[in-house]
Amino acid sequence: MKEIEQPSRNNLEGVKGWLNPSRYGWERISYWFQRLTGVFLLIYFIGHVYETSTIVNGQNAWESFLELTQTVWGHLFLIMVIGASTFHSANGIRLIFTHAGIGLGTPSRPDYPYSPTSLNYRQKSGIWIALILSAAAMFYGFNVLFGE
Amino acid sequence: MESHRVLRESQVMKIHYVTGIAAIFVVAVHILMRLIVPFELSLEYDYIIANYKNIIYVLILESILVLISIHGFNGMRIILLELRQTKRWENMVTVVTISAMIALIAYGTRTIILANGL
Amino acid sequence: MSNTENKYEETITLKVYRENRGQKTGSHYDNFEVPYKRWTTVLDALLYAKSYIDPSVAIRYSCRMASCGSCGMKINGIPRLACYTKISELETSTIECEPLANFPIIRDLVTDFSLFFNHHKEMQPYIQSKENSENDTEKKTFSFYQSPEDVDKYLQFSYCIKCGLCYSACPTVGTDLRFPGPQALAQLYRYYADTRDESKNRLNIVDDRHGIWRCHFAGSCSKVCPKGVDPALGIQLLRSYMLGISKNNKEPAKKIEIITDEEENNDNNS
Repeated sequence: MKEIEQPSRNNLEGVKGWLNPSRYGWERISYWFQRLTGVFLLIYFIGHVYETSTIVNGQNAWESFLELTQTVWGHLFLIMVIGASTFHSANGIRLIFTHAGIGLGTPSRPDYPYSPTSLNYRQKSGIWIALILSAAAMFYGFNVLFGE
Repeated sequence: MESHRVLRESQVMKIHYVTGIAAIFVVAVHILMRLIVPFELSLEYDYIIANYKNIIYVLILESILVLISIHGFNGMRIILLELRQTKRWENMVTVVTISAMIALIAYGTRTIILANGL
Repeated sequence: MSNTENKYEETITLKVYRENRGQKTGSHYDNFEVPYKRWTTVLDALLYAKSYIDPSVAIRYSCRMASCGSCGMKINGIPRLACYTKISELETSTIECEPLANFPIIRDLVTDFSLFFNHHKEMQPYIQSKENSENDTEKKTFSFYQSPEDVDKYLQFSYCIKCGLCYSACPTVGTDLRFPGPQALAQLYRYYADTRDESKNRLNIVDDRHGIWRCHFAGSCSKVCPKGVDPALGIQLLRSYMLGISKNNKEPAKKIEIITDEEENNDNNS
């Protein structure tokens, strides 16, 4: 295997290139969110398994742990988790369809203004639906956790 | 070089997609179970232990654990593989993500078994 | 006449990245005040700066009409062809010209395309047809029959000018040197979809940890492509074959043997 050289020598954008998604439009932003929510949810999931496992240590352990999580910050964090999981799931479903070649249009003869058929209104509205569903779920979660 | 791989990358990705879709369903059930009872009740110790005795609930929890662990750690593996491409890094990423996945599944299964037996 | 000329005779500041990797003197930006008219392209402005202000600016260019793919560079942060971008469409008072990202810099705005071309070569970008390799002693001449529908399946991907803008925009290429990049993968699909190609091995070339699976459909490649190649479409369609969702039922193109006049005369005479 050829020796891989340093990123600076190769002028690679690196992780910094991941950090500014808005210069390339909505599909790049959704890629960025999918990654961000994925990593965030993985960290949350590990914490959640650990947190819910305190129940095997008896009622006292469980209730003292509840005092930690049933706080304002705990609820706000949970609302972020709700938003992240809704976006990740909805956008993930859209990605499964595109990876299967569905919803992208068919190859044709390019003509000016050369708009790519794969970045069509179906994809953009799919991203928007994922964002709106995520906001709605966060709103509903807010009502349940902070309501009454 | 390639022959010692157990799974081709296309097979790993098929697992990634299937676990993702399946996880949506079981997690939805898990969330709904909290929403159909009053919020304070869903957090009470006795209520939760009663749920753990229910075999259907146990199966749902176990499948969430397995599906999301596979999907999540495979996703992490993908992100880490993109960052560096030396042989040492790639082997380390594979070993660490697979062992973390097995560790989390083992720990979670232990919880479920213990809570079921309480 | 002179009134309309004065209306558009304005100047713009070009902020050009300067570096000479061979000399290792570090990098800096140079500002050039360049006059421009309504249809002046960034390439025109750079060549003005090179001709009248600083001849040492290194630029690669050739056809000046978005056909050769030489003048790719990052203009105001986005990979574009300099000959295809008008100053008037940029709407900033300073235009920042930098070399394409993800390519090693040689000097100023000129970058090294070797790895890019190597990735392309790995895809075996040529028609592989059984008859060509087996009966070499007989040397028959064939022509392929392709209907317009067959051609439409791969035509748009064949318009790629290898300008490298998609490779520069791709987030995966930004961190993964072994990823072939959108151009190579789209060319793999171009040959896979071509009915003249009979290779059974094409999908295996990219069924790899750093192959097609590291594409996540960020779509930036298609967003910046100047020729409407839409590499993202090619990659997703290729992926659908690899997942087994699209079945490859293409019929290989019919081969029609060409009989030259000389051979026909020999047949008639014998």
